[in-house]
Amino acid sequence: MDHSKTEAAWSASSARKRSAAIVVRMGGSSNGDRVYRWVTTGFALFIPILLLLIAAEVFVAGWPALSKFGVGFFTGTEWDPVNGRFGAAPALFGTIVSSLLALILATPLAVGVAIFLSEFAPRWIRRPVAFLVDLLAAIPSVVYGLWGILVLVPVLREHVMPFFKETLRLGNLPLFSGPSYGPSMLAAACILAIMVLPYISAVSREVLMAVPRSQREAALALGATRWEMIWDAVLPFARSGIIGGVILGLGRALGETMAVTMVIGNRHAISASLFAPGYTMASVIANEFSEATNDLHVSALMAVGAALFLVTVLVNVIARWLVWRTARGGA
Amino acid sequence: MSLARRRAINVVMITLTYVAAIIATLPLLFILLHLLRQGATAVNWNFFTRMPAPTGESGGGMANAIVGTGIIVLLASALGLPVGIGAGLFLAENRRARLATIVRFLSDVLNGLPSIVLGIFAWQLVVRPFKHFSALAGGLALGAMMIPLVTRATEEMIRLVPVSMREAALALGYSKWRASLSVVLRTALPGIVTGALMAVARIAGETAPLIFTAFGNQFWSVSPTQPIAALPLQIYTYAISPYDDWHAQAWAGALVLLGFVLVISLAARFATRSRFGLGGD
Repeated sequence: MDHSKTEAAWSASSARKRSAAIVVRMGGSSNGDRVYRWVTTGFALFIPILLLLIAAEVFVAGWPALSKFGVGFFTGTEWDPVNGRFGAAPALFGTIVSSLLALILATPLAVGVAIFLSEFAPRWIRRPVAFLVDLLAAIPSVVYGLWGILVLVPVLREHVMPFFKETLRLGNLPLFSGPSYGPSMLAAACILAIMVLPYISAVSREVLMAVPRSQREAALALGATRWEMIWDAVLPFARSGIIGGVILGLGRALGETMAVTMVIGNRHAISASLFAPGYTMASVIANEFSEATNDLHVSALMAVGAALFLVTVLVNVIARWLVWRTARGGA
Repeated sequence: MSLARRRAINVVMITLTYVAAIIATLPLLFILLHLLRQGATAVNWNFFTRMPAPTGESGGGMANAIVGTGIIVLLASALGLPVGIGAGLFLAENRRARLATIVRFLSDVLNGLPSIVLGIFAWQLVVRPFKHFSALAGGLALGAMMIPLVTRATEEMIRLVPVSMREAALALGYSKWRASLSVVLRTALPGIVTGALMAVARIAGETAPLIFTAFGNQFWSVSPTQPIAALPLQIYTYAISPYDDWHAQAWAGALVLLGFVLVISLAARFATRSRFGLGGD
């Protein structure tokens, strides 16, 4: 009797203690939860803050040059650090031309590979080919630059450029005129094409895979050949996603620095010839920054960086929007 | 259009996609071939243990650059890993919050920024005020590059953890934060490690942001506040020099760098695949 009484009392008190413990724990944990929430939110906020900080630092540092030269900074062709005159038009021109040329070279290849992989490739070959193309994205850009400067540029100078000039007799066209230096817009475009290929093909492949089977089956059922199925039923469906991938590649190409710096020849000049050396915005910064002696020169380079920042953000936003729209099947 | 013509076009175009596949794999094979042929002869024990040889002397190694790259990567990880994992946790747990949408988008924007822009940012923030180049500045530039990569990997890996795991932990009386950290995060950890390794592989080969932050150093230095050598910088310096000896060293450096990058990313890929039955990314 006593025994059971004590037991009941004990168990009651222990239950109270336990519930007290639970209350204490819940009190503590809600504090812990709050701290946890603050900390993760803080880390998440770090990203917008960092981006703002980058924009602020770069724009503020570039402001003296931008305000001094105004629009002339982007239209002027003279870049003369010694006399303090800065016009970034050649770098702007070189960035745009080399990137567009790279896209012209890479897009058909990349889309071709993507179609091959998503429609025709036998299973056993799909993995390795996709893997090899993806691997291109893993190669550091300085390695591309090394290969470009020691292998690609000599090949262009000794074989490709003479081929255009002498064998095809196109030397009189402005596009292929002038001496064959080797380091040139063409070399930069070739290297860039190889570098953006994996990005375009990866996005294209993903988008093509997202095209519904019914789209293909409907085309085949109407008597289309396999190619007509792709051209008339699959590609229109995937078009805006593929364009998104191309623009994503453009973003990469615009900002690519080392490989381009090593093969483009680094000359502040606008030339119609693909065989002539040029400059890009990123490579101007890479080349001149550590040697910039006066504040205006540094500021001019920062202004180039700010322009690059704006352009790549814009390009990326457009690209992501296009890919996102297709991936959710809206287009 | 006649059927014969349509069939002909069909065959031609399909063949062209095969040709595209072949052409697209050629550059990689060429680059690997040249790297192996030119680099293999110069990669030896000395390459890893010796300092760079003075101009005009052959031989020498890149011991300082290899260690330097390691230090810069460590510094970058000290910034990139905590921020990336923390932000990734936030994004995975508040998937539909407006802040999450904004952060996810800006993280993509950060990921698309040219690395050289991060370089001038780090220069302006660290090198300019302190008036000299430093490993820390290089680590800041590369760490900023790492953040979006780690954030995305963490978010994706945490989403793969079944909700039932979290619910089970909560049902057992775990508080929310303990359920997040010791159950969900722990389950996703191997995947996050994989993502972190991929991020390291990506930044370890970066050159552009280091030119005017870490700057490079011909001598032995492991101090975070001093200019420091880095493998990609050394390759760049040697590649644009006119000397054949230095070109050989550049090839060797490129082979080592690429080997390092490939081993890490392949290991990461296979680890993820075997664990989640996915094909890497």
